[in-house]
Amino acid sequence: MERFLLDVAHLLAGGLVLTSFMLLYQTRMSSLLAVFALQAVVLTLSVAWQAHVQNAPHLYITAGIALVLKAIIIPYALSRVVRSLGIHRSIETVGGIGPTMLAGMGCVALSMVVMLKATATANPLAREDLAFALSVVLLGLLMMVTRRNAVSQIVGFMSIENGLILAAAGAKGMPLVVEISVAFSVLVAFIVIGVFLFRIRERFDSVELQALDDFRGERR
Amino acid sequence: MAVSATLAAIAVLLGTAALAIAIHRRPFATVLIYCICLGVCLVLLALAGTSLIERGPVQHLTLPIGLPWLGARFRIDALSAFFQVVINLGGAAASLYALGYGRHEEAPGRVLPFYPVFLAGMNLVLVADDAFTFLVAWEFMSLSSWALVLAHHHDRENAEAGYIYILMASFGTFALLLAFGLLAGPSGQYAFGDIRDMAHAGWLEGLVLVLALVGAGSKAGLVPLHVWLPLAHPAAPSHVSALMSGVMTKVAIYGFIRIVFDLLGQPRWWWSLVILGLASVTAVIGVLYALMQRDLKRLLAYSTVENIGIVFIGLGLALAFTANNMAAPAALAFTAALFHAFNHALFKSLLFFGAGAVLTATGARDIEKLGGLILRMPQTAFVFLGGVLAISALPPLNGFVSEWLMFQAVLLSPDLPQWGLKLAVPAVGAMLALAAALSAACFVRAFGIVFLGRPRAPEAATAIETDSASRASMFTLLGLCLAAGILPGLLIDAIAPVAAGLVGQSMPPQASISGWSIVPVAESRSSYNGLLVFGFITVSTLVTIQFIHRFASSALRRAPPWDCGFPSADPATQYTADSFAQPVRRVFGESVLLARDEVDMSPPGDPRPSRLTVTVRDVIWETAYAPISNLISRTAEQLNHLQFLSIRRYLSLVFGALIVLLLGVAVWA
Repeated sequence: MERFLLDVAHLLAGGLVLTSFMLLYQTRMSSLLAVFALQAVVLTLSVAWQAHVQNAPHLYITAGIALVLKAIIIPYALSRVVRSLGIHRSIETVGGIGPTMLAGMGCVALSMVVMLKATATANPLAREDLAFALSVVLLGLLMMVTRRNAVSQIVGFMSIENGLILAAAGAKGMPLVVEISVAFSVLVAFIVIGVFLFRIRERFDSVELQALDDFRGERR
Repeated sequence: MAVSATLAAIAVLLGTAALAIAIHRRPFATVLIYCICLGVCLVLLALAGTSLIERGPVQHLTLPIGLPWLGARFRIDALSAFFQVVINLGGAAASLYALGYGRHEEAPGRVLPFYPVFLAGMNLVLVADDAFTFLVAWEFMSLSSWALVLAHHHDRENAEAGYIYILMASFGTFALLLAFGLLAGPSGQYAFGDIRDMAHAGWLEGLVLVLALVGAGSKAGLVPLHVWLPLAHPAAPSHVSALMSGVMTKVAIYGFIRIVFDLLGQPRWWWSLVILGLASVTAVIGVLYALMQRDLKRLLAYSTVENIGIVFIGLGLALAFTANNMAAPAALAFTAALFHAFNHALFKSLLFFGAGAVLTATGARDIEKLGGLILRMPQTAFVFLGGVLAISALPPLNGFVSEWLMFQAVLLSPDLPQWGLKLAVPAVGAMLALAAALSAACFVRAFGIVFLGRPRAPEAATAIETDSASRASMFTLLGLCLAAGILPGLLIDAIAPVAAGLVGQSMPPQASISGWSIVPVAESRSSYNGLLVFGFITVSTLVTIQFIHRFASSALRRAPPWDCGFPSADPATQYTADSFAQPVRRVFGESVLLARDEVDMSPPGDPRPSRLTVTVRDVIWETAYAPISNLISRTAEQLNHLQFLSIRRYLSLVFGALIVLLLGVAVWA
């Protein structure tokens, strides 16, 4: 039974990493948002499973927040933003998809090496969870670095946050207040970024970061 | 009692600074502030003088301020008292001088508030008895003097000098901070009393010595840390220049003595080798550059570098003898060093005051524009000549006594057991002699070009004698120089408790020797009687004058002077400062001074004038500082691009840094 609980936790956390790779792979805006919603669902399942395993009912609340905010509200709002701003439906990447995927694999390997070494004495449940969480964070950062479009950078940012929640759920004893405040800070960040997106659009007729750089008079 | 009175006087100085901020616009502000400073300096001088002469006991006081577990500790022992005498003597003279000189200040608001703070900071360094108070007071002194250097900051050169000064001062304080950190040990015992009682490891003591040399040496002007000094000292108003050059460098020497002689315990013999090497190079390099300068105040500042070298030679000798348990020679060398520090405070202040008087009267600092001032400013010329004689170490003035004592210590070096020292000390003595000779040449040049001959520029021709307060200050200093020169025994006896406290023994008491002679080691070896020399010089001069006037023809005949065949009477045909310095420049030319004489001779028939261009560059600056400064500015230029990256690149940097750190963890763990 113990073994089964652990395996399912691994499966779900691994699924989260897999969805991160899917995010990296997407070249169309609509599918990107759909995958992001999928990642949030997997996160919900993972956190809920942790709640079940750890016998920590407050984690269900975290899972609920993830489901409502990240799987439903934010993807819906983002897709409305995309539609209302008339953003290009295709995503411009830096350096191509293939190399990015390879770099992502490197990131995952690195986080495995680091985390498994660093947490040798920790609870096996938390241990794998932390390694996967770090991978998700790194992949999110990688996504922010390799995308030129502001919306896809937001998605990268949100997926970093998903990784953090996974780590928080895996570590026992994280107070509920912290998780809720993290969730709300993400919401606030989303609102602020959304407002900025509209303002940027108003001024530059585009949300490509290139336009901002051109405005600052930079050469590439 | 003495400690609390001293602290009260320092508090009065700080209050004076606040007062100066409030009233600096009023016309009477200058006189009032300098009068208060003069009074407080005299009070501090009297306090320190009595405790030094009466050989009072060491006094402590702890105030509940500063670090909570430490408090601010203060202590006055013989060493502090001696340096307090030096500093407040200089401070009082500078304040008296400034009563006249300060009236020419265009922006008194930039000088008046900082001047009392500067005095207070220097006094506070001397009475501090824990590392924290010491460093705070030290920084106080540095920052207030920095503000004074920037008093005339509109001058581009001054702004640059201030920048270099603050850099070097911070660097020096940083070194001192590390030195005290090492001394305090892992348990953080910052009180000097605790440090004194602790035993330190050998390597740690060596490191502290180096740090103290860097920290105190950069403030004092040891080569190669002297670069700021010839820039910053002349940039300040003249009375502050005198304080910085004559007095602040003594505080630095005090800091060095406090750390190395007092806190570090039994020295090793190789320490003295390091110090002697640096000090003799300092002495020679300093005077060589002084000889090349055309700016009178910068010349004096370089001469300060030389004199600091001489003082450090004495300290190095004292360390060498102490390391070999030869207390009597150590006391001789130590006394010579302190004697010279005292002398230098007197005559360097005097010379800077003279330079300030010349500057006010003519507006020119370039000595090639001066000349003939002995007729326009006879009294200034007289005191300046006295100062020049003293700094050139001519009897019967005080400079001779201290350098003579120094040579007596050098002559005792064959008794040292280590061959390294046996060979090195005579070489150091030779460097000392070279420095003394070059210094005489340097000041013959300075006095001759400035005061003799004919005016080289109209400003010099219309100069008028300086005011009475300035003259009073300069004559007082000259009188003290003479007194210390003809009655050196009194001063040696005053230094005796300092030497006894730090090197274990003092020189034999001189007051009991008949006829006011001084005998450093033994009567059979050497003795000097300043009074006798003074009497002889005075009497023989008077007799000669009488003789000449009696027997010379009294018929007066006025005739045109021989004009070397050139009928032109232009002042530019006179001997110039650069031509005086040329032989020395030739000798040390390319290697030490990086000097270049470029002759642009116009061909026959071409009416344009021929030109001789002389450039002298500071070899230390070129080899040690310029590369560092270039490297830093190049790096800064490169890094400047980082300020204008796009968001995505910043994210990439963060991402890259994270990956590198994680890789580090993965590999290292």
